[in-house]
Parts: sequence; structure tokens; C-alpha cells
Amino acid sequence: MTPTGWFFMLCSVGFVVGLTSYCFYRVIKKPKSTEHMHAPLDIDTHDLNT
Amino acid sequence: MAQPKDQWGTRLGMILAVAGSAVGLGNFLRFPGTAAANGGGGFMIPYFCALIFLGIPICWAEWTMGKYGGQFGFNSSPAIFGLLGRRSIWRYLGVLGLIIPVIIYMYYVLIESWCLGYAVSFLVGWIDLGNDPAQYATQSVDYFNAFVGANENGLMLDGRVHISVVVWLIVFAVNFYFIFRGLSKGIETFCKWAMPLMALCAIAVLIRVLTLGAPDPARPELNVLNGLGYMWNPKPLDSDHTWISALAQPKVWMNAAGQIFFSLSVGFGVIINYASYLKRKDDVVLSGLTASATNEFFEVCLGGLITIPAAFVFLGVAGAERVGVFSLGFHTLPVVFEFMPAGRFFGFLWFFMLFLAAITSSLSMLQPAIAFLEEALGVGRRASVTLLGLITGLGSLFVIYFSKDTKVLSFLDDTIGTITIVVLAAVQTILFGWVFGAKRGVKVAAEGAEMRLPRFFPFVIRYVTPTYLVLMLAMWCYTDLGIYVDQVRSDNVIFLAFGMVVVVSVFLLILIHIGGRRWQAETRDTSRGDLFSKPRGAK
Repeated sequence: MTPTGWFFMLCSVGFVVGLTSYCFYRVIKKPKSTEHMHAPLDIDTHDLNT
Repeated sequence: MAQPKDQWGTRLGMILAVAGSAVGLGNFLRFPGTAAANGGGGFMIPYFCALIFLGIPICWAEWTMGKYGGQFGFNSSPAIFGLLGRRSIWRYLGVLGLIIPVIIYMYYVLIESWCLGYAVSFLVGWIDLGNDPAQYATQSVDYFNAFVGANENGLMLDGRVHISVVVWLIVFAVNFYFIFRGLSKGIETFCKWAMPLMALCAIAVLIRVLTLGAPDPARPELNVLNGLGYMWNPKPLDSDHTWISALAQPKVWMNAAGQIFFSLSVGFGVIINYASYLKRKDDVVLSGLTASATNEFFEVCLGGLITIPAAFVFLGVAGAERVGVFSLGFHTLPVVFEFMPAGRFFGFLWFFMLFLAAITSSLSMLQPAIAFLEEALGVGRRASVTLLGLITGLGSLFVIYFSKDTKVLSFLDDTIGTITIVVLAAVQTILFGWVFGAKRGVKVAAEGAEMRLPRFFPFVIRYVTPTYLVLMLAMWCYTDLGIYVDQVRSDNVIFLAFGMVVVVSVFLLILIHIGGRRWQAETRDTSRGDLFSKPRGAK
């Protein structure tokens, strides 16, 4: 294994691992889209008897 | 009455399903051989260029077109192409998005069953390569030929019970069971389990390979580091040049583009279908990138570190330079596991992982046609699954019957599984970049997107990607078209296989014609109509 071989292997694997980790971090850290959730607190019922 | 629309259950499940569709045998068996034969580590330069400027942009285009079509109630390529292109010709061109997954499924399910068959064979010890290491390679080829009936046509359907046919029946039934359960309960649920399990199996095999050291004390040069070096050291294509000169070879760039293509499942008609089940405000940019990155993880980080080093450590350069799914996967690797300590267990893990990689892909191949049959004929899932089961079952039996030298399988893979994908990708790119409009596409993609598309995306999808694809097609026509025509004309079995493709294509075109009339009658199709900007259900 030559130094350039190490360079290409580490850069390739590092790039892909970094990209995959970044993407999954972005996907997982975000709470579920509020687009599909209609929790009671989000709905203004105009109910004044609270 | 309209059928209830399938939907994804969770975003992560959807991403894993798309990634599962992309991750297949090519990640573990095709990529390492292609990289090693095209400059080793140096190959990664054109490879990543192709990923960034070709693979991911087409992925984003497919995700966007699929999501857009889904807002109008369409889930199949013909309907979505008709919608985007506003001409019936686009609808008929959408047949490519059905032919490719359906025909590929016919032989892919067979290879999938071989993987499971080999996994079971390793587990229970049916694979016996004898006691003479010098004969392992010959024994391995003999075992494979006997297992798949490669010595003569019709061997697998001679009335006797063959283990490979039994496994094929089981695998075929399992595929249709999950497809019948639907998008969320079937495909998504399966992929949410199968993808992590596949990664665990691959990581276990990777650790085994990287800790092999130099297993033969008499040949210390056959060690893991040199195996990795064989894969990753940049090298010239011939001894008279430097590795940098390899980058000046057009074929290296074409091979890199080809690998990215087949690896990411772009041009398969699958991503468009999967994305059509998204909602309008669902993200496609980050999801598409995540699915592509996951595929790359399996390909570069696992496939690139396992297959070639393992073959090199036990078999030297002669074993590592075997290129191709069959040669590397079913001839060489069983020999590697025969030599490897605890090889039976790791052989089982390896082939079981390949089976998981294959089944997550084959499931995705069925869904586009299921969706098409449902929306073209207006039938329910049961009827569409039955019809598709009949078509693919007959096609698969055709491939099983003509098993000699796996000639039919190789022919279908070389044509439908290779060049037709490039044709579909070119059609899609032109449709998205020029007919639908790249700027408009960017706006659709931006709705709900959690990251911005790169500024170069419209330029790349309009100019760079089509040029790349047209060059690939031109190169194929120049080098392979003549051989292809001669093959069809001179070989009766190949002619029959070609005829099968034609029959399936004509059948699907007729269904598209019926479906087109149906969609117009329902005023959903806008290829001639005026409802282009009016999603189904909009008031």
C-alpha cells in the first residue's frame, strides 16, 4: 500500500462517511414535519372559555 | 372509484427503501472490480465527478419529477412523463420506466435466489470444494454450474427437484408477499429491518477481512495491506504510462459514469415511482442526497474494502483481478471462504448480506409496474399483483430454462440492465431540463426542501448530464451495437430472449394506450388537456 493509495482510500472513505453522517444527522435531528401534524395546540379553536 | 393512495409511513423508512433499491450486488461485486481495473485509487477522481455531476443531479431530477407527478395522483413513469411532457409521445417513452424494472426483475430474482441458496449451502455445509486446495477454483466453478444448470438448457426444469429452483420459488413468493402488503407495510417495513441487518453483516465480514493479516506464512506478501493496495493504489492502465495518464482515457470516465449509474439506480424508473408517494411539502433534496450517500457508504466503505482485499489475500493477483458479478461473486469468493478461518460462517454472512442487498432492490423493481397496472387498468392491488406475478414468473422461468452458460441472463443484463438505463436517463434528463424546465423543476424541488439545490444544478441538468449521456450512448453504439445485432441474428436463444423483450414492451405499450385513454377520460392526464396546473382533488 503506497502513500498515494492510503491518501485515496482515506479521502474516499472519509468523504463518504462524512457525507452519510451529515445527511443522517440532518434527517434525524429535524423533528417530524409540522406539515403532517395537527396537534390540538396548533389549532385555534376560538374557544374563549379557558 | 379511485383506489386509496399508498403512502410512506416515515421519512427514514422511505430513505432506507430508496437506498435499499440502490444498494445491490453491484455495490459489492461490480464496483471493486471496476475500480481496480480502471486505475485503482485514481479511478475515484472520475467516480466522484460522475457522482456529483451526473448521479446526484439525475437523482434529484427523478425525485422532483416523481413528487410533482404524485401531486396529480400519478405514480407510474408513463403517466408522469405524459404530465410533464404534455405530449402523448412522452407517455409512450415512459414505457422504458416499466420495461427496465420488469425485465431486470425476471433475472435479478434468480441471482437473488442463488445468493440465498449459497448462504444456506454455506450454513449447512453443502458446498464442498474437496481437500485439494489446488482444485478449489475448479470445484467452485463446477458447483456453480451444477447449481444454476449452466451446463445445458432445461436442466433446472427436467422434472426433478433442484434446490436452486426451490429457493427461487421461495424468494419469488417472498417478494410478492411484501409487494402485496403495500408500500408502507411491505416494502418500507422490510427495508427498515433489512438495511441495518445488511450493514451489520457487511461490517462483520469487513472486520474479519481486515484482521486476516497474512494467512499463508509461506507467502507473506499476500497480506491485507497489499490487498488494500491492489484496490486503492493508483495505477496506470498499462505499464508504459503513469496513473495520471489513465485519467486522460475516455473509457475510464465512461466506466466511472456507468458504475455510478448502475449503482444509484438512476434511470431504473424506481425513484420516480417511490417519490410519487411523497406529499407536496415533503423534502426531496436532502432525502435524495441521503439515499445516494447511503448507497455510496455500502459501495465505497464496505464493498471497496472487502471484496478485492479478501480475494487478494488468499488467491493473489489472479483472484483479485477477476471482474464481474458471477466470476468474482460465485466462482472466486466461495474459494476465499474455503481458505478463510471460520469461512463457513462468514460465507453464510456474506451471501446472506448479498441476498438482503438483492431483495431490497428487487422489491423496488416490482412497485413501478404494480402502480402502473393499478392506474392504467383501474384494478386493485390483488389483480395487479397477480398479473405482474404471471408476467414476471413466466419471464423468470424463461431465464431458468435457458440456463446454459447463463447466456440469456447475461444478454438481458447487457441490454436492458445496461444500455436501456442510459437511454431512460437521457429521456428523463431532456424531459426535466428542457421540456418541463430546469428552473421550474428547481422551484418544485425547493418546496419543503431542507437544503438548497446547488447553484450549478440547472446548468448541469440541462447541458452537462445530457452531453455525458449522449456520449455514453454514442460510445456504446460505436463499440457494441454491431456485436449486439450480430448476437441477436446469429443465436436462436438470444433471438428468443430479444423476442421476449419485444413482446413485453408491446404489451406494456398497449396498456399505456389504454391507460392514456382512461386518464384522459378521468381528466387527470394533461398530455393533451388543460389541467396542467390543477392537481387532482384541487378545487
